[in-house]
Amino acid sequence: MWNPTNKKLDLELVGFALIALLILVVLPLSVDAFRLNLVGKYLTYAFVAVGLVLCWGYTGILSLGQGVFFGLGGYCMAMFLKLEASSVANTKIQSTPGIPDFMDWNQLTELPFFWVPFKSLPFALFAVIAVPAIAAFILSFAMFKRRVGGVYFAIITQAVAAVLTILIIGRQGYTGGINGITDLRTLLGWDIRTDGAKYILYFVCCVLLLGSMFLARFVLSSKLGRLLVAIRDKEDRVRFSGYSVGDFKIFIFCLASAIAAVGGAMFSLQVGFMSPSFVGIVPSIEMVIFCAVGGRHSLVGAVIGTLIVNWAKTSFSETFPELWLFAMGGLFIAVVLAFPRGLAGLFTDQILPLIKRVGMRTGALPKPAPAE
Amino acid sequence: MFMGYSLGELGSIFAMQAFAGLILFSVFVLMALGLAIIFGQMGVINMAHGEFMILGAYMTYMTSHIFQTYIPGAYPVYFFVAMAVAFIVSGAAGLATEWLLIRHLYARPLDTLLATWGLSLIMQQAFRSIFGAREVGVELPQWMMGALPVTDVIEVQINGLFVMGLTLIITGAVALLLYRSRWGLQVRAVVANRTMSGAAGIDTRRVDRLTFGLGCGIAGIAGSAFTMIGSTGPTAGQLYIVDTFLVVVFGGAQSLLGTIFSAFTISQSQSTLEFFLTGSMAKVLTLLLVIGLLMLRPQGLFVLKVRR
Amino acid sequence: MSFDQKRPTGPSLSRRQLLAGTAALSAAALVSPHALAQAFPTAKVNTTGLAVTDTEVTVGILHSVTGTMAISETGSVQAEKLAISQINEAGGVLGRKIKFIQEDGGSDWPTFAEKAKKLLVQDKCASVMGCWTSASRKAVLPVFEQYNGMLYYPTFYEGLEQSKNVIYTGQEATQQIIAGLDWVTKEKGAKTFYLLGSDYIWPRTSNKIARKHIENHLKTKVVGEEYFPLGHTQFNSVINKIKLTKPDVIYAIIVGGSNVAFYKQLKAAGIDLSQQTLLTISVTEDEIDGIGGENIAGAFACMKYFQSLKNPNNEKFVAAFHKMWGDKTVIGDVTQAAYLGPWLWKLTVEKAGSFDIDKIAAASPGVEFTGAPEGYVKIHENHHLWSKTRVGRARTDGQYDLIYETANLVEPDPFPKGYQ
Repeated sequence: MWNPTNKKLDLELVGFALIALLILVVLPLSVDAFRLNLVGKYLTYAFVAVGLVLCWGYTGILSLGQGVFFGLGGYCMAMFLKLEASSVANTKIQSTPGIPDFMDWNQLTELPFFWVPFKSLPFALFAVIAVPAIAAFILSFAMFKRRVGGVYFAIITQAVAAVLTILIIGRQGYTGGINGITDLRTLLGWDIRTDGAKYILYFVCCVLLLGSMFLARFVLSSKLGRLLVAIRDKEDRVRFSGYSVGDFKIFIFCLASAIAAVGGAMFSLQVGFMSPSFVGIVPSIEMVIFCAVGGRHSLVGAVIGTLIVNWAKTSFSETFPELWLFAMGGLFIAVVLAFPRGLAGLFTDQILPLIKRVGMRTGALPKPAPAE
Repeated sequence: MFMGYSLGELGSIFAMQAFAGLILFSVFVLMALGLAIIFGQMGVINMAHGEFMILGAYMTYMTSHIFQTYIPGAYPVYFFVAMAVAFIVSGAAGLATEWLLIRHLYARPLDTLLATWGLSLIMQQAFRSIFGAREVGVELPQWMMGALPVTDVIEVQINGLFVMGLTLIITGAVALLLYRSRWGLQVRAVVANRTMSGAAGIDTRRVDRLTFGLGCGIAGIAGSAFTMIGSTGPTAGQLYIVDTFLVVVFGGAQSLLGTIFSAFTISQSQSTLEFFLTGSMAKVLTLLLVIGLLMLRPQGLFVLKVRR
Repeated sequence: MSFDQKRPTGPSLSRRQLLAGTAALSAAALVSPHALAQAFPTAKVNTTGLAVTDTEVTVGILHSVTGTMAISETGSVQAEKLAISQINEAGGVLGRKIKFIQEDGGSDWPTFAEKAKKLLVQDKCASVMGCWTSASRKAVLPVFEQYNGMLYYPTFYEGLEQSKNVIYTGQEATQQIIAGLDWVTKEKGAKTFYLLGSDYIWPRTSNKIARKHIENHLKTKVVGEEYFPLGHTQFNSVINKIKLTKPDVIYAIIVGGSNVAFYKQLKAAGIDLSQQTLLTISVTEDEIDGIGGENIAGAFACMKYFQSLKNPNNEKFVAAFHKMWGDKTVIGDVTQAAYLGPWLWKLTVEKAGSFDIDKIAAASPGVEFTGAPEGYVKIHENHHLWSKTRVGRARTDGQYDLIYETANLVEPDPFPKGYQ
């Protein structure tokens, strides 16, 4: 695996730079505002993929419920935006002006208490990180302290996703139900629906994503990162060495969830709504596959994988909507069977040695991580 | 809610409610049995389990059409033939899946989860291309519909009885296979210690393949039986997966008894809660209950002590 | 409709327009499309850069053909394609053939929003026929308002919405609920109701309106109200509750795959729908296909259209539908409403003499379609349709017998006073 002490040429940093070049310069110059907004949407999923590299690729915790955290982050942001869009002036026709439209349809006559703090932007921004992180903490604390892991944990995260989806849909007066929170308009008076605003939000999203990638890289290249790999490969030995394995797993799971939540918040801002369809099981598993296609051991790969799969999904489903599921299913199987280390693995295992043979560069190459 | 009802009525309703719980219990056992065998034996969660069930349901649909067209005289008993067809087709598909896919992934249980999810997407789209996006209605022979009146209020549903009987037979057959047959002996040996069993001359690969095929075959029978109570459409398999996984995981791997016990717990709590609360809240509470109990017993209710 | 707002474009149009309603299919033969297109130069009828050329106009079709909603939306896609091909055979719209671009919403609301934006921004569709669930409509609504598109939405839905950029060709909730409840009270002497629904906005809002009507207007009683997650398959507990409370009417708004489980289990539990009155607003002929006619025979459904309606328009429509999509395909309420979309758009464009969205939005109120399979419809000022409410009774062969229809068209009222 990638060796943080290798100072000769840090491949990962090169990858970061290439991604930055791609999303900050190449794409904005080459595609129109509509397509760029789509790319912005894909990049919000890349946050989840980065989180999955941390908890799945490096620590071996497969979560099939990352959509829960993406969704919670997105909902926190959407609640603030919805309250702003539901000013008394905008909602004159309602029987109770000043509350979100779906509450009015459900006979609520005042704002529920847990919505009130979301009138403040600082609180909402804080909640975007804090609410999912706390949820992740409660879940992971309960699970990892009891040493629930592997397939069990994956299934339980699925159940959590199911519970949250049913709750959001069932409590529609408080959450907007299956429609989600729609028609978000302004952020502190700034119209987020215009093309200009979309450009700015796109760049904010890119910068935050690069920031998350650097944060993840920092964590992984620290001593903690090596411990995580040790936990993945032989959890019992790490425990016997006196480490509290549970604490480390809890930490990394919360971190991954918080990063996913930032993606959710950016989604609400760029797309203009949030819906329970992100919280469910299917999107959660799809996000795992983005990460797997790119390479679960590579931050760069995960981002690239997300972009490629989503781009393929959009263009495929425009031309052959019916073939899309075959392609997607085939991709899952192919990646798992043939390229367990994803595109990034393909690059380091196949293409780099080739380059090396041609004599482009000398020096130690990263060794592939052991297959699980 | 009990105001104004006589004791007799209340008694009848509780009897009916217990019966409803038993039907749900049978349904859960039938759903989970195939998955549990596979999970116990190989530690593999088959995410395409629901699709194997729907494959069985579609086979039932086709069989019913063939009987209607060619041998209408034998229509009343077509269902038994359909279940056999469902078992064979789903089982064969399972064997093929094991050979093409699963056997390459034994060392990586989490990856099987993803690969079988991919398989489930492909199967869904295949159903949609072959049978159409709309749901199909599977007609039942007349004798399998309706209810037997016991008293004025208590009525016993024939298809409920049928599902219960089927569950009993299949569970019994699986138990016999596991504990009385040579294959069962091998399975138990492999579960207890894969390496040692291999050293003792058991062809673990072959045992795995048969187990997977059997598990999928049972899923096919379950799907066939569910045409009596549920819908048959390309994505109907998804409706069952979360419940099924929870039953298996809650029951604990490697234990038939665990699966049965966990199906009982989950079905009874859901059915009782549904009676007192609304359907949505009952579902949420049941799921939370299971998650909570899993924290107390992280490896499930019944744990077999094995060397890993 | 008002003719004096029309541009001075020669007599051919007004004659055409009059005829369009009565015999849409044959009328176009009177005027050659080419001449008509020349009478309406593209530069004049399209001032906002829509995808309109001298010979063609592009519209979008946006439904789910994959995912769980594909079950329901397939019929709408078929109806819209049929309507478009019929319009093209009859000479097109203002002499221009309709070309359609179909996009898949994938049963996923954000995808709907993304595809709607693509259809409007990139393809410049002159109108879009699409969406099915409320959630998908809510997701695309801001897109249509922002980019000024025109959506023809076919599904019966919960109301509480009205937009310049949407024409609702299905019923809003009161049009479907109130007349049905009045009928069942009068005919069956119903005093107690048990309300059931899938757990999302349409059944909840509809049941809310039903409850208000039952309690405040009919002065009868609701004895139970229950919701189940979408895709729920076990109904034995609620069936027991129904047996315990013995309501005169079971009022069921269960959707999708759950329907199949519900009716099969109801039948298995010995509740005989020829004795127990059950009124549903969510089961069309499409759903019966999956449920099985023998499981639901005897139930009453409150809709605006049944495939079995006897009128010349409908007979022609059913024959054409079967010719295009096969004899076994059934046609439900929403499928018929989807069929209205392209026709209403065509009539509106010809009334406005323009493809511009603003002009269409302004011209829509008052547009009449006498060729509708359901009989006759008219667009209201609030962009919903005036239409009749009908009650049908399910037969074992999966069709409905018409039992009752309102004498007059029912006015759409998406924000009903006293029901909120």
